[in-house]
Amino acid sequence: MHLLRQRDGLRIPSSEITPREHYENRRDWLKSAGALGLAGLGAGLGLDAAAQTAGPGKLAKLPATRSAVPGAMAMEKLTRYEDVTSYNNYYEFGTDKSDPAQHAHTLKTRPWTVAIEGECAKPGRYGIEDLLKLAPMEERIYRLRCVEGWSMVIPWEGYSLAELLKRAEPSSRAKYVEFTTLADKAQMPGVRSGVLDWPYVEGLRLDEAMHPLTLLAFGLYGEVLPNQNGAPLRLVVPWKYGFKSAKSIVKIRFTEQQPVSSWTKAAQQEYGFYSNVNPKVDHPRWSQATERRIGEDGFFAKKRATLMFNGYESQVGQLYAGMDLKKFY
Amino acid sequence: MQTSPPLRAAKAARHPLLHPAAKVVLFVLCLLPLAWYAFGVVTYQLGANPAEAVIRGLGDWTLRLLWITLAVTPLRQWTSQPALARFRRMLGVFTFVYASLHLVAYAFLDMSLDIPEILRDIAKRPFILMGFAAWLMLLPLAATSFNRAIKALGAKRWQWLHKLVYAIAVVGLMHFIWMRAGKNNFAEPAVYGAILAVLLGWRVWKRLKA
Repeated sequence: MHLLRQRDGLRIPSSEITPREHYENRRDWLKSAGALGLAGLGAGLGLDAAAQTAGPGKLAKLPATRSAVPGAMAMEKLTRYEDVTSYNNYYEFGTDKSDPAQHAHTLKTRPWTVAIEGECAKPGRYGIEDLLKLAPMEERIYRLRCVEGWSMVIPWEGYSLAELLKRAEPSSRAKYVEFTTLADKAQMPGVRSGVLDWPYVEGLRLDEAMHPLTLLAFGLYGEVLPNQNGAPLRLVVPWKYGFKSAKSIVKIRFTEQQPVSSWTKAAQQEYGFYSNVNPKVDHPRWSQATERRIGEDGFFAKKRATLMFNGYESQVGQLYAGMDLKKFY
Repeated sequence: MQTSPPLRAAKAARHPLLHPAAKVVLFVLCLLPLAWYAFGVVTYQLGANPAEAVIRGLGDWTLRLLWITLAVTPLRQWTSQPALARFRRMLGVFTFVYASLHLVAYAFLDMSLDIPEILRDIAKRPFILMGFAAWLMLLPLAATSFNRAIKALGAKRWQWLHKLVYAIAVVGLMHFIWMRAGKNNFAEPAVYGAILAVLLGWRVWKRLKA
């Protein structure tokens, strides 16, 4: 190593030896190596910080530790932060996928409370500050498959929704969980349109909601959620089409009856209550057998095969044992 | 129309729509959307999903060009500018060009040129079938878009054949509406529908009045 020392004994920073783009490429490689479960390699080189999925430093940091939940760390190349935060379906801010990033700055995420209601022993209201401290933040890397036929791989921060639900002590009559999201005309220009029946409502069966992979997310890429991605807190259900993962949640209600989701209400034959990712059950107007991974291999990239339950079959398949998934789409 | 050549040239020079350069300008204008998408792909300016942006953009421009083509005759009469008629053919041919590029982009980017899969897709999905049917109907119009074809067919038969454009517009609009139906997003199709209603309604009204 002495060859790399200058006469005054100061070490030459590696940035002066290696062209910038080369060591940045190496960092990218290390990041994907981390995502591939090779983080130990990076840690061994003292570079574990580089293996962390760092955001662009635009929003407040949200520290988290790698999740130990089985299936929670997808070993795939991450979708770029710019794509994750500029290509969104969030109809409260407009129907174009570029609308939310342009218009969601009007969303006020403080103060924010979430009401817990319905069939439970301990209903209540939680402020966002309490929810952020309710359980340890975990980093999870999930595939996201949109019903429209595209997909991303996103590093989220949050904890299992079960952490919150079990504190409410759902009663024996609680069979489903209904999520209601914010619908405020003053903050959300899209709410004035009649595209959907506002507020946006989603639902899960209680066992789906209690599954450890069902994530209550507060951040992505190591920072708090950008407004267009559903700040300050949202659901992420990785084995279901993206629209099941309600954004900017204000109410969680335990119910005995199956909730009616907003998209089911809008087009029952197209969007079912379950909406599990399933390459064998096509949407009435398009195939679900393949998907376009956003940002993958450029413009002429072939679409990739969609996986059963979006690749989470070994974790969640048993929830649907014996069910006719063509009927319960 | 018995004016002598020099006088005619002088008149043409006075009227911008009759100027020989007018068609060149229109030709370049019609190529601009295509140039923008090519440029956007190369410079990564089409967002996170450039393939989708290109397929949808080419579809949008097919409809826009078709609507402009259909607007030529009413505009010609409303504005008393008979010279507008000389641009109609080029607009129609460009409609076909964009429709064909839209189809190629879908087949290539969405379906990886898997022909059996494309045929299954057309049979299975009504909105794809609508789009494909509209393109098929454009074929005979594009194939008879030159003077000798008009002569060979005879003006009457040629005109009759080219009335197909009204069906193409309606089927093309249905393709657009159906594509947006799943997302309950009818704002844009409603605008296209309203404009088409005016363009076709005006023709019906003229016919009834005559």
